[in-house]
Amino acid sequence: MIHSLFLINCSGDIFLEKHWKSVVSQSVCDYFFEAQEKAADVENVPPVISTPHHYLISIYRDKLFFVSVIQTEVPPLFVIEFLHRVADTFQDYFGECSEAAIKDNVVIVYELLEEMLDNGFPLATESNILKELIKPPTILRSVVNSITGSSNVGDTLPTGQLSNIPWRRAGVKYTNNEAYFDVVEEIDAIIDKSGSTVFAEIQGVIDACIKLSGMPDLSLSFMNPRLLDDVSFHPCIRFKRWESERVLSFIPPDGNFRLISYRVSSQNLVAIPVYVKHNISFKENSSCGRFDITIGPKQNMGKTIEGITVTVHMPKVVLNMNLTPTQGSYTFDPVTKVLAWDVGKITPQKLPSLKGLVNLQSGAPKPEENPSLNIQFKIQQLAISGLKVNRLDMYGEKYKPFKGVKYVTKAGKFQVRT
Amino acid sequence: MTDSKYFTTTKKGEIFELKAELNSDKKEKKKEAVKKVIASMTVGKDVSALFPDVVNCMQTDNLELKKLVYLYLMNYAKSQPDMAIMAVNTFVKDCEDPNPLIRALAVRTMGCIRVDKITEYLCEPLRKCLKDEDPYVRKTAAVCVAKLHDINAQLVEDQGFLDTLKDLISDSNPMVVANAVAALSEIAESHPSSNLLDLNPQSINKLLTALNECTEWGQIFILDCLANYMPKDDREAQSICERVTPRLSHANSAVVLSAVKVLMKFMEMLSKDLDYYGTLLKKLAPPLVTLLSAEPELQYVALRNINLIVQKRPEILKHEMKVFFVKYNDPIYVKLEKLDIMIRLASQANIAQVLAELKEYATEVDVDFVRKAVRAIGRCAIKVEQSAERCVSTLLDLIQTKVNYVVQEAIVVIKDIFRKYPNKYESVIATLCENLDSLDEPEARAAMIWIVGEYAERIDNADELLESFLEGFHDESTQVQLQLLTAIVKLFLKKPTETQELVQQVLSLATQDSDNPDLRDRGYIYWRLLSTDPVAAKEVVLAEKPLISEETDLIEPTLLDELICYIGTLASVYHKPPSAFVEGGRGVVHKSLPPRTASSESTESPETAPAGAPSGDQPDVIPAQGDLLGDLLNLDLGPPVSGPPLAASSVQMGAVDLLGGGLDSLIGDTNFGAPPAAVTTAATPARLGAPISSGLSDLFDLTSGVGTLSGSYVAPKAVWLPAIKAKGLEISGTFTRQVGSISMDLQLTNKALQVMTDFAIQFNRNSFGLAPAAPLQVHAPLSPNQTVELSLPLNTVGSVMKMEPLNNLQVAVKNNIDVFYFSTLYPLHVLFVEDGKMDRQMFLATWKDIPNENEAQFQIRDCPLNTEAASNKLQSSNIFTVAKRSVEGQDMLYQSLKLTNGIWVLAELRIQPGNPSMTLSLKCRAPEVSQHVYQAYETILKN
Repeated sequence: MIHSLFLINCSGDIFLEKHWKSVVSQSVCDYFFEAQEKAADVENVPPVISTPHHYLISIYRDKLFFVSVIQTEVPPLFVIEFLHRVADTFQDYFGECSEAAIKDNVVIVYELLEEMLDNGFPLATESNILKELIKPPTILRSVVNSITGSSNVGDTLPTGQLSNIPWRRAGVKYTNNEAYFDVVEEIDAIIDKSGSTVFAEIQGVIDACIKLSGMPDLSLSFMNPRLLDDVSFHPCIRFKRWESERVLSFIPPDGNFRLISYRVSSQNLVAIPVYVKHNISFKENSSCGRFDITIGPKQNMGKTIEGITVTVHMPKVVLNMNLTPTQGSYTFDPVTKVLAWDVGKITPQKLPSLKGLVNLQSGAPKPEENPSLNIQFKIQQLAISGLKVNRLDMYGEKYKPFKGVKYVTKAGKFQVRT
Repeated sequence: MTDSKYFTTTKKGEIFELKAELNSDKKEKKKEAVKKVIASMTVGKDVSALFPDVVNCMQTDNLELKKLVYLYLMNYAKSQPDMAIMAVNTFVKDCEDPNPLIRALAVRTMGCIRVDKITEYLCEPLRKCLKDEDPYVRKTAAVCVAKLHDINAQLVEDQGFLDTLKDLISDSNPMVVANAVAALSEIAESHPSSNLLDLNPQSINKLLTALNECTEWGQIFILDCLANYMPKDDREAQSICERVTPRLSHANSAVVLSAVKVLMKFMEMLSKDLDYYGTLLKKLAPPLVTLLSAEPELQYVALRNINLIVQKRPEILKHEMKVFFVKYNDPIYVKLEKLDIMIRLASQANIAQVLAELKEYATEVDVDFVRKAVRAIGRCAIKVEQSAERCVSTLLDLIQTKVNYVVQEAIVVIKDIFRKYPNKYESVIATLCENLDSLDEPEARAAMIWIVGEYAERIDNADELLESFLEGFHDESTQVQLQLLTAIVKLFLKKPTETQELVQQVLSLATQDSDNPDLRDRGYIYWRLLSTDPVAAKEVVLAEKPLISEETDLIEPTLLDELICYIGTLASVYHKPPSAFVEGGRGVVHKSLPPRTASSESTESPETAPAGAPSGDQPDVIPAQGDLLGDLLNLDLGPPVSGPPLAASSVQMGAVDLLGGGLDSLIGDTNFGAPPAAVTTAATPARLGAPISSGLSDLFDLTSGVGTLSGSYVAPKAVWLPAIKAKGLEISGTFTRQVGSISMDLQLTNKALQVMTDFAIQFNRNSFGLAPAAPLQVHAPLSPNQTVELSLPLNTVGSVMKMEPLNNLQVAVKNNIDVFYFSTLYPLHVLFVEDGKMDRQMFLATWKDIPNENEAQFQIRDCPLNTEAASNKLQSSNIFTVAKRSVEGQDMLYQSLKLTNGIWVLAELRIQPGNPSMTLSLKCRAPEVSQHVYQAYETILKN
């Protein structure tokens, strides 16, 4: 099981270590640094590294490396999932998962880690339970604590810890009872040079924000549940009910959580809301090239496409770019060679475009590879798959909650090859 | 105020100051001080000097302070064992606390203090906590047993904690069950032999119930534990699968993968005709694909596992090719894995898409990735025959880009394509030759040279091209040198008149100027070959090569089956069984997929029957070991070794002659030139110095001639034909094998009252074609009461008919009185031939190649031989030990033997020192001989 954890920042400092069994020397991280050096890019560090006596399993999150040390055969996914859970918890407690936040709250971090894992076995990883055991820091609480001398640590057993619904605590009370659902869909797509779709799928999630008193039992039904054939559920969902009736029935955790995530694959046609016309060319034996891209709406279901940005990793030989956008603004970083164009909204009357000249290193051969365009956008009030919530019913409690559903479609990994 | 203040230091010295604060009267100050201590600890500073002061703070009602002190204790108790004792009382007291949180905390912390003296005090509180009324305490205590076991295994066993832990599997609370399973699994890992997790249908049922209700982590432990269970039949397997399937929709990817493992394993037991089997296959695809939308680290582990799954059951993901398409900002480790899986899924149906993608990747920035993409195109060509043409033209397009590493990679794979489809794409050679100068990597140079040599007759200036490489011969890597040597010899054999000088040059470069023994050996072999018998040389060097296939980069089936049992673990990431990398090798139990059960077998057609076995339909393919490309280059010498033409064309020649003439027949009257004297001595190993009768075959077959002089085991003579049945003639006899010849040793006794003459013998047709090689020669008439002993030489060229039992021999003996018939059983080992030693690689490949159903296992009891003695004994009867290995105190002998009719039998003999029983596993393509081979083993070993 998980032996130790080291937190390492981008400059290679180990700024936190925690051991659940015996102490493992920091020097074990040298193997990690070696791999990091070889990988050149931080994102390319392999997640599983073997050393003579240990295995290092790491994740890279928010510019930090979470490196765990294990000694026996352990499912690596288990470790990786756990590390992400640790990072999620930090995020949840401190608002951000950064070196500064962790150092500022080092004692809470230590208490949390101790609570989350015992002898390498996960103990409590549900945010509801952890918050009952260890209160998150707030300015008010730290002031109160310093006056009264009370502590951040709960001294009763969390109620959810052993019930059949470990994700919910007892005795929740709100004056305003609300249940909100966000249906967020991201389109992952690869579009080839000619504009046809090589690959497209929709990654959807339904995130919930539930503030309901007592023990509410909810059922959420859809207009078209058949769209959901590949779904991952939060443990609170009753699987049998879904299998038989295609209804999500659950006693929700308190607060924010991800209810389901789903995938609508390329077999069902995925609508592509934008198209890009592009003309990027480099002349042979000359130190300049042309760059011209135009974005337009395609299958946008009549909604406005907004928040468009285009990012392009230009080839190494590009020195500078001299472009004119018809709308929005662009930047080009000559060090990383990243061109970023913040477009904004598309107005169909006048399609946004960005054109101009590319300066190349003189004498260098013309670049072989053509850059891919990475596109971001957002469409409010639309789930591109067509998924629609039918109704939400609540049982088990008497009050009438306020309910709401919001839809949004975004670009996920949306790439256009040129 | 934040905790960062705890990191500030003062000039006076931190430790000193902290000590003062820890001993302060004010509670608040104490707590702050402890926090500072913890803060120092988190960054790896040594604050162990404060041990007594911190422990003094332990007696407190404040839970936060208590927890902090516990945190400190866990870290430093080991360095201060005597001081740690001070804490024991508080722990014991806390274990009685009315608050379950504190009870659990105390028992949990005590388990983390790895000090022997403390563990003694831990036992009583732990015992209580294991039976605590509060499940939270019980589940914490369950983990504590595992901790204690790690510190002092004996103590845990003596105290009976293991039994208590086993009882907890039936606990009413699912979380307790999950933790008990986790603890037992961890303990079992260090005790491979103990059956701690003794699973039966009842306990499985309990686990499945707990599975639905426990936390995600608990589900992982339970699923991993379920995967070790062996259901008794397909019905049980199906019902477990049905209850595990809902886990595929879990949000935690580790739960999903553990569920996949259970399903993949138990599926093995289900009949393919079952509807449920198809349903299950369909259900497996979506969760696997979903894993790919997770964080890149999770994707990586998922991809490594998917790589195994598509090899085992390609049908699951065959329609999901597109999800493996690479995005340009995927981390490199994800890209490479995706590429590998794309090739595995490539088929005629999707090859166009795959090729378009690969071509796209070949223009990316990342060099490693581009190289692999180019190589992938070659693998596609080899895998999907219909696509070969398109692949070749794609590769030619890429060569036109003139990007150096792309060109080199392309040439390497084109060579492979030539190996798979000889004489089909030679038109591209011209294009390849244009890029000769830009090749600077050894592998690409070697590949190009191979192509030039192989197709020398079609390349007009092949001699010039090769000559240009020859100039810098000594600066080339070995790979290139070997290839160049072979290529020039090929060229010479094809165009002998123009290239004589060239070949002499390369031979002398290889044999005289090189320090590399491989190169010199190969040089000498060619030299002798050319000078001895050019016709034979041609047949050897230009022999038809076996085709390569895509199978070469598949994981071999037995390993794959083992790895399927390890889905989700580190083993699956490394694609190696845990025994290959788990430290110390302790606790490694080989896992295997369950066999199909009997109830389903009857319904299966023969095509679908072999569950984990490879389909045996790849006759024209060598499943090469290891790296495909590495092997290719060395292959050209291998295959002809056993080729029949060699023996036929063998020449009787003395050692001196060997180097002189011979070539004349090939190159007419031009003189090849005598090799320098040094060659004669170096090239001629001692045993070749003597005149060689069998010519070339000896040259290669250096291992033969080790044949045993002592001969096989000979059983004492037994009476075959009693006198009463044969009018007074009694025949007893036995079979022997000596230096390659079989004979039947007979003893004829005349118990009648008259003289016997005119003996003759005849065999009925039998399984191995045994027949007398000479007539039965009884020189003088056999007078009454006289006995004659004689030996009848046998051969195996008689007519063959399968007998029942296999080794049954029916014999007719005639004399002047009558004809008598009898039958006898000959021991199979007389048929074991002297050249029955298989090459290791060959052994490995054959072992895997023979389907598992053909494996038979036998026990040889009461045979107290050690490994060495057994091996020697068997060797003298032509059972050869190919390899030996020791695993967990057992010796494994891997042996081979060959029967006179060319049937190979592979054996694994397991010997445990001190145990008189041996286990023999036999694999043979003709499984009916196994039983008799086993008998032979038994006879040989016991005598």
